[in-house]
Parts: sequence; structure tokens; C-alpha cells
Amino acid sequence: MTAEKSERSATGEVTVINEQGLHARPAHALMMCASGFQSNVEIVKDGECVDGKSILSLLTLAAARGTRLVIRARGDDAEEAVAALTDLIARGFGEDGGGASDGTK
Amino acid sequence: MKFCDFVCKEAIQADLTSVSKETPAGQIADGDRDSIIGAIMKREELGSTGIGRGVAVPHTKHKRLDRLVGTVGVSSEGIDFDSLDGEKVQLLFLLISPEDRPGDHLRALENISRQLRDDTFCRFLKQAKSAEDIQQLLAEADNNQFVS
Repeated sequence: MTAEKSERSATGEVTVINEQGLHARPAHALMMCASGFQSNVEIVKDGECVDGKSILSLLTLAAARGTRLVIRARGDDAEEAVAALTDLIARGFGEDGGGASDGTK
Repeated sequence: MKFCDFVCKEAIQADLTSVSKETPAGQIADGDRDSIIGAIMKREELGSTGIGRGVAVPHTKHKRLDRLVGTVGVSSEGIDFDSLDGEKVQLLFLLISPEDRPGDHLRALENISRQLRDDTFCRFLKQAKSAEDIQQLLAEADNNQFVS
């Protein structure tokens, strides 16, 4: 008797747009956002898949600006998780234009 | 990017004795000390770089650098660092980047985080008693002796 409960899942794709990419602060923001959901969250870059709730794992992606990331969530709030995470990344984690660097070349 | 590509061996510290967040940077930064330490502390105010599991990656940029440099500090007793998981920090990876190379910074973070996911490497590094021990462990990590 393997009456498996059907689980909700969702997937989204998004490009990293902030200049500094997925460094420590954005990785923390991403982890915090993902941790706010009950669903399992995975972030995939070029086929490499990591736990969206682990900052150490997120940092191994070295996702620079322009990187395409796939967000996968599985659980009761999967759609909400993917929507929130893609939005966070698409907004550049609130960096750039927010006075993140002094911009001198 | 490997540890040997950015870690300044001369600056490795095996026994960070400080219990305050401010002094370790002072012990491991050299050169334009005050401005670098100031910038690192300013970055910490934005949010601790203590990323959990007893690890911190304090960092900043410096306009006179043409390549990323860094070093490693180990504290056996641990430093209170306002870490994300509340744990004391035993391993500090200090990174100072040129202003226009976000990619190098990401690749250094990638290397650090990839190696630190290995519990053996993490544990050995925390137990390291001398700068030579640390250097040896970093070299072994560079040779993929920890990552399976």
C-alpha cells in the first residue's frame, strides 16, 4: 500500500541582475526568504543543484550577474516560495542603486 | 580559484585570541590597516559575515589592489561574531578585492564554501595549532584531498 500523497511543486527561472552577483549578503537574503517557507527549495545553476536554505551551499554556485538560475520548490507553499524567490532575485536583492558601492572606477 | 591563488601565507593566524569582533581583523589585516579595517567593520554593520558553522568571511574592496587577496585566521576558543546561526566563529576567511572584480570575489567564496562543506576539512582547520598546519590543510584542500 503505497498511497503517496501528491505534493505540490513549482519551478521558476530567473536571471541574477545585481552587479556583485550572489555574494554573501544576497545569499543570506535568499536563504532567509527560502527558510520562510515550509517547502523544500532548490536552486539550480547549470545543472548543479543546491539547498536554497543553506547559505554555504548557495555560495558554492558563484552565480555572477547574468547567471540563469532555476528555482524549484516542493511542498504545500511551493508556488509562493518560487514567486517570492524569483522576485527577490529579479529585483537584484535590493542592491545596486541602493548605494551599495561608491562606484569609483 | 584555489586557496593558493589568494591566501597570503604570511598573514595566516593560527591563534586568534580575541573575543571581540573588532580585533581579529586588526590581527590579520596588514598594509592600509585603518582604512581596510574600517571598511570591513562597516560591511559587518550591514549584516554579519558569520555565515554559520563557525565560519566568517569578513571582506571589503580596496581601490589600490589589482587582484584579490585574503588570509585565514583560526580561533580555537571562538569569537563572538553575531553569526547568522548564533555560533561563535572559529574560522575567518578575510577577503580584500579590487573594486571592479565581483567575479573573483564570488569564485573565492565558492572555493571557501565548497571546501568547508567537508566536515573533515572544517574540523581539522578548527584544530590547527600553527600557521604551518593551516597552510598544509589549505594545500591539501587545493589538491582536492577533502572534496569527494
